Amino acid sequence: MIPAQFDYVRAGSLGEAVQELAADEDAKVLAGGQSLLPLLRLRLAYPSKLVDVGRLPELTGVHDRGDHVFIGAMATHDEVMRSGVVNADCPLVALTTTKVADPAVRHRGTFGGSLAHCDPAGDLPAVVLALEGVFVTRSPEGEREIPAAEFFVDYLESALRPGEILVGVRIPKLGAGWGYHYEKFHRTAQSWAIVGVAAAVKRSNGAIEEARIGLTNMGPTPVRARAVETALRGVQLGDQVRQACEEAAADTSPPSDLHAQPDYRRHLARVLTHRAILNAAGSP
Amino acid sequence: MPRIAVTVDGVKYEEEVEPRLLLVHLLRERLGKTGTPVGCDTSNCGACTVMLDGKSVKSCSVLAVQADGCDIVTIEGLGANGSMHPMQQAFHEEHALQCGYCTPGMVMAAIDLLRDNPDPSEDAIREGLEGNLCRCTGYCNIVRAVRRGAQEMGQAVRTP
Repeated sequence: MIPAQFDYVRAGSLGEAVQELAADEDAKVLAGGQSLLPLLRLRLAYPSKLVDVGRLPELTGVHDRGDHVFIGAMATHDEVMRSGVVNADCPLVALTTTKVADPAVRHRGTFGGSLAHCDPAGDLPAVVLALEGVFVTRSPEGEREIPAAEFFVDYLESALRPGEILVGVRIPKLGAGWGYHYEKFHRTAQSWAIVGVAAAVKRSNGAIEEARIGLTNMGPTPVRARAVETALRGVQLGDQVRQACEEAAADTSPPSDLHAQPDYRRHLARVLTHRAILNAAGSP
Repeated sequence: MPRIAVTVDGVKYEEEVEPRLLLVHLLRERLGKTGTPVGCDTSNCGACTVMLDGKSVKSCSVLAVQADGCDIVTIEGLGANGSMHPMQQAFHEEHALQCGYCTPGMVMAAIDLLRDNPDPSEDAIREGLEGNLCRCTGYCNIVRAVRRGAQEMGQAVRTP
């Protein structure tokens, strides 16, 4: 379908973009448009105005900042998955980004856009949650930092306030000794995850010292599998890992849709978490 | 209405466009580039794939205003001097189409894949074309065609 009418402004600066948004509560930010344009075409969204921030230099690029990597909100998926610093210091982000959608969508879709969209079936929110990223935003009131644990509020709802724009995300570097994996279960190559599991595992002397696990599509927001993380602490690789992963669906409220019912999603979370942990514990 | 300047298949155009005009509609309805079809309303099928500044995009998921100042190549801009692009020729030779609706997007996605990987394996081709659907399910010949196209293009580069 053809989208409903809207006004369009290409912001010349971050300040201008913030002003435009603050002046009109029905205005929406246009980043790469790979989530927004399908919504407009299906007439599921009726913004009065699109504020195009896709070309703002303040929001682009991937930057090495010592103890963390700062990924600009407008860095495309293609840019992120090819970035040397992301591959070296945030390999879970690089790996997962290769599994987002397809090459043409990755050329336009942005890291910040897919996070701010807050789709619980999106792959990157669970990763940023597990890695304890920090969202940096700008609004008329100034700059603000939002920890990942507070950013994903509800289904398609972030902690961003009206007039507030995501500038980028700080991803802490985990350092040496960590392995990682993203296990995505979907019906066809380019489709959304029915369930996904992002895992980072630190091993020492053959045992798991620490595990970080984020679940995709196991509720209205991405969730940490805290019970598994706790159960895995100090565990040797073996049967105990499988046992710990039985807790993967604890405290989740998975959706029911045409792909799966909640009980099947809980089953998937247990099986996929086990696979993700074994893979993460095995990767260097 | 916003005024945009785009280069499409080597020709410069200046157009006044509604903000909601999709790139694929600009190409088809304003510029007559009907070689690029609209296949779906969900960004799934990839039939409308074109090159935007050298990278594949789904032109149903880009606004014309977002393409302002950009260089676009459609399936109609691939051939030169009346002859088909080697990838188009390979699709012809391998009979890599049944109804043909997905073909323009498949050819563009295949050429995009070769930017990265000039000699892709069958697996790499299948993964590289994951954003393009052939509703006739004629993938085997498509994969063969991309292999052949890659070889022809490699030859073309090697033979000055």
